[in-house]
Amino acid sequence: MSKANLLIVDDELSVRDSLGKWFREEGYDTSVAESAHAALGQMAEHHFDLALVDIKMPGTDGIELLHRIHEVDPEMVVIIMTGYASVETAVAALKDGAYDYVSKPFDPDDIAHTVHNALAHKRSDQENLRLREAVAKASQPHALVGQSAAMRVVFEAIETVAPTEATVLITGESGTGKELVARAIHAASPRRYNPLVVIHCGALAETLLESELFGHEKGAFTGAQYRKKGSFEIAEGGTTFLDEIGDISLKTQTDMLRVLQEHEITRVGGNHPIHVDFRCIAATNRDLKSLIEEGKFRPDLYYRLNVFQIHIPPLRERRNDIPLLADHFVRKFAASMNKRIDGISVAAMNRLTQYDWPGNVRELENAIERAMVVAQGPQLGEKEFVLRGNQAERTHRRLEDVERAHILSVLEECNGNQTMAAEILNIDRVTLHNKLKKYGWKKTDKTANVL
Amino acid sequence: MKRIQLLPFGKIDDALVADLSADLARVFSVSSEILDARLDPASAYNPERGQHSSTQILALMSAHVTPAAWRLLGITPFDLYIPVLTFVFGEAQVGGACAVVSAHRLTQEFYGLPHDPDLLRARLLKEAVHELGHTFSLSHCEDYECVMASSHAVERIDLKTSRFCPECRPKVFAVVGS
Repeated sequence: MSKANLLIVDDELSVRDSLGKWFREEGYDTSVAESAHAALGQMAEHHFDLALVDIKMPGTDGIELLHRIHEVDPEMVVIIMTGYASVETAVAALKDGAYDYVSKPFDPDDIAHTVHNALAHKRSDQENLRLREAVAKASQPHALVGQSAAMRVVFEAIETVAPTEATVLITGESGTGKELVARAIHAASPRRYNPLVVIHCGALAETLLESELFGHEKGAFTGAQYRKKGSFEIAEGGTTFLDEIGDISLKTQTDMLRVLQEHEITRVGGNHPIHVDFRCIAATNRDLKSLIEEGKFRPDLYYRLNVFQIHIPPLRERRNDIPLLADHFVRKFAASMNKRIDGISVAAMNRLTQYDWPGNVRELENAIERAMVVAQGPQLGEKEFVLRGNQAERTHRRLEDVERAHILSVLEECNGNQTMAAEILNIDRVTLHNKLKKYGWKKTDKTANVL
Repeated sequence: MKRIQLLPFGKIDDALVADLSADLARVFSVSSEILDARLDPASAYNPERGQHSSTQILALMSAHVTPAAWRLLGITPFDLYIPVLTFVFGEAQVGGACAVVSAHRLTQEFYGLPHDPDLLRARLLKEAVHELGHTFSLSHCEDYECVMASSHAVERIDLKTSRFCPECRPKVFAVVGS
């Protein structure tokens, strides 16, 4: 098998012939051309991986041919050959996109290596491109599912903030998908090929959290047998996602404020500040403003984090996303469990959409997973779902509560349009208006926040 | 009868040529002989480079190819070149009858080291087998131990053996045996 297709362009017959023969013996498929015109003609007929082009040729010279080659095939590697080495022409050739510049006569070992390395470099570039595409495809925020107005706002916010360097504060109840949003921001940012480091601040004790965030020097504390890099250092060039930021101590908040301001860290037990290049995304399910009032959260850190805020609404405020999410999880688990389950029965889906989901999307995902485990038939039915907490209450709920929940749900789907909601509910608009008044619903309220 | 004919030119050690002749006969399992004919390489000399053109040497050698010559190998102490390269250890007519090898850069003295006749004999054999391999239409081999591995520096010649790898060997002996 040929190593690659080479094109040798030189107006001197002896050079073309000897170099062509020499590269054929090296195992390359080699073609020769006596001029730029002939070279471009050959390129129209065949694909070449690399061209060795003489700089001095009558008519179109090597540098001009280099431009024309790259117009036809931008990926083709071009090595410029010359009889007289000069820094000026070498610089000109390299600036114009030549891979390298070689002076005749060549040392056999040098030219063999130059061509070999150029081709390896090209293959590596192509592989890099393929891998980048694969990574970009794999890191698509596919797990973020939703078509409600509230989620559209979230998607637009991600799209807006991702390409910037702005610090992002993601708020929302537990289980709403704050980490997924952080991952989506990272995946759509220019930092996506560098690491995303996730730290669950609430899960770690203060001293351990400091060591995780800032790293430590050998001997900094009992058990610190080795020097360890912290999250900010590991995330070099990438993103640090600090989950449950509202749970960190005031001391760690002070240290973190310095890191965010100076982009410098000092490892635990260390003396020297280290510059770190990272983007910070933080998330919390707590009301940071209340924590500030209680003196438990530094206002300056809050303002440093809250450059751009994204609020993820709880699932009960976007019930029309529930069927979409449920179907998504059914497909996901059907694939991972290798089970043939097509979907969810109408009755079961009604129940899922009426449930309040205090654990939000995470609870829904877990409920579907459990149902998939126990399911026998091709559809998930009501009996497969055991919804926690208010199941008994729901069973014995008053008719008025059910009616209220249903009306407000429909109203949300209609984005607060009462005429449309009345049509769907098959009641007249005055009746709907009276019921909404009875429930204390105000027109100024955002429907997304009503339920 | 298949026979490798050796055509020495320039001042080269007779014993070295005799050893090479015997070694080649063993490697290719054919007979070999050293020709008495004289080849004048003067026209292939390039005074600007102080080297002989291997391509022109091959052209001169063609005149010495007789029906008795199955393969004709030139052996010379002169430094050889092709126009685009600073030097070559040898050159061959791919699929043809002639090949030439130079001992110039195979000696240890060229690299400022003491004379080593055994090493020179081994290197010359490898280069001769390599160039003759090209006359059997073989190109360079990826197996670094195969005699057909490309060797643009003397260290690479020392790394390889004088044997054909299992992939190249059948291609050569399909011709030798036919």
